[in-house]
Amino acid sequence: MIHVENLVKTFGEVKAVDGISFDVAPGEIFAFLGPNGAGKTTTIQMLTTLQRPTSGTMKLDGLDPVTHPLQARSRFGIVFQDPSLDVELTAFENMDLHGALYHVPRKVRVDRTQILLTLFELWDRRDSYVKTFSGGMKRRLEIARGLLHTPKILFLDEPTLGLDPQSRNQLWTHVKHLNETEGVTVFLTTHYMDEAERTAHRIAVIDHGHIVAQGTAAALKQQTNADSLEGAFLALTGSTIRDERADAADQMRQMARMWRR
Amino acid sequence: MTVVYYLWLREVKRYLRSRPQIIGSIAQPLLYLLVLGFGLGPVFEQSGQGSYLQFIAPGVVGMAILFTSIFSGIGLLWDRQFGFLKETLVAPVPRLQIMLGRTLGGATIASIQGTLILIVCMIAGFRPYSAAMIPLAFAFMLLVGLVFAGLGTAIGSSLKDMQGFQLIMNFLVMPIFFLSGALFPLNNLPTALAVATRVDPLSYGIDGLRGALIGLTQFGVIMNFGVLMIFASGFLVLGAWAFSRIQI
Repeated sequence: MIHVENLVKTFGEVKAVDGISFDVAPGEIFAFLGPNGAGKTTTIQMLTTLQRPTSGTMKLDGLDPVTHPLQARSRFGIVFQDPSLDVELTAFENMDLHGALYHVPRKVRVDRTQILLTLFELWDRRDSYVKTFSGGMKRRLEIARGLLHTPKILFLDEPTLGLDPQSRNQLWTHVKHLNETEGVTVFLTTHYMDEAERTAHRIAVIDHGHIVAQGTAAALKQQTNADSLEGAFLALTGSTIRDERADAADQMRQMARMWRR
Repeated sequence: MTVVYYLWLREVKRYLRSRPQIIGSIAQPLLYLLVLGFGLGPVFEQSGQGSYLQFIAPGVVGMAILFTSIFSGIGLLWDRQFGFLKETLVAPVPRLQIMLGRTLGGATIASIQGTLILIVCMIAGFRPYSAAMIPLAFAFMLLVGLVFAGLGTAIGSSLKDMQGFQLIMNFLVMPIFFLSGALFPLNNLPTALAVATRVDPLSYGIDGLRGALIGLTQFGVIMNFGVLMIFASGFLVLGAWAFSRIQI
């Protein structure tokens, strides 16, 4: 379903993604693990047509996101790592706009919005502006929105960041359910090893833009002689702490926060 | 078409919900209207040009539209920073439709803002010379809104952060305003200034508004309309092109 070969992305001097290759089979849940700044998000951005790769080939359901962005986009849904809601609109309006963008028929849109907002316990607040929501509520809305249309491939970029265990459980149960009943292929990144181990069929570990290992959780543990996935992860990526590049967007967000206070 | 409509609706909703912003953006044109209108009024009248309030009101309306529409385009920067832009860019929708929805929304709110200012001007004592010409004034407002919403989108798509914003403000938006003849008549100017005013698209917008509102025009309605149409198409194409090249 996803095919990536020798994918490279450079920002000036920095090689964010340096020649990675992997395949994700239809109906598979594939976890992409790596320290901060390893190239996870950049890979997802390239797969989802937000960034053009420097070199290499990609296929989503047989379509190249670079040459056929529109067709490729209709195949996937995504929950971003950082916020992407319109906070000046209500929760319901955010869902409705998303449905319109993905050509979900009106009737289906309303029904599914109700189901999903209820599932993530936001239905009572559907007519509140998103700017009045707490961090966790925004995150839940973001996830509910990503699930509104039923895509063939679902990208989840650190979806559980800042969520309480209840909502995390809710999310993964729902994702597994989607995967089993509708055969949705899932590509996820997370920093929570237990989530990856419980949910994913296969795992790839990326570090400094390279894939350093891939296989099932059991295979990774065996390969590194570790007794937990976390142990395997640390054995593969070392224990130094990474710095992430602060881009223009981060600086702006910081400034915006200053202005809001 | 649904997508264009929904994104247009989003812009309009956001505008109508930001009361402080609406009031804030009335303040500046109002200052020009009242301070310059009444301050320079006596001098203007002594030189035999008639009422300065009558003269400057269409200029102030044009100013409000210029600022609102350019800012709506630059609002793209905020959407980029707060992430909503990504949500629209990964949707299976041609970018042209996204850009059109946003830009038409920008032109619409600019026209609403212009209308508000026109009402404020009338409260301050401005009188349009003929009610029958008001629809023509609205047509010019929308056209000016389109021209600068298109330009704003082009700028918003090319800027990466707010640092460039001050530059755009001082070297583009303010000159466009001051050279447009919003504040002074465009006849008998020194050559350099005359040339500058003629390449400024807003000159034709203000002149068109003046033609419709006080029956006084330098270039003629047809000319104004034609030039604005050309600028609008040009900037919309430029905006669409710049928008299509955005990478997150």
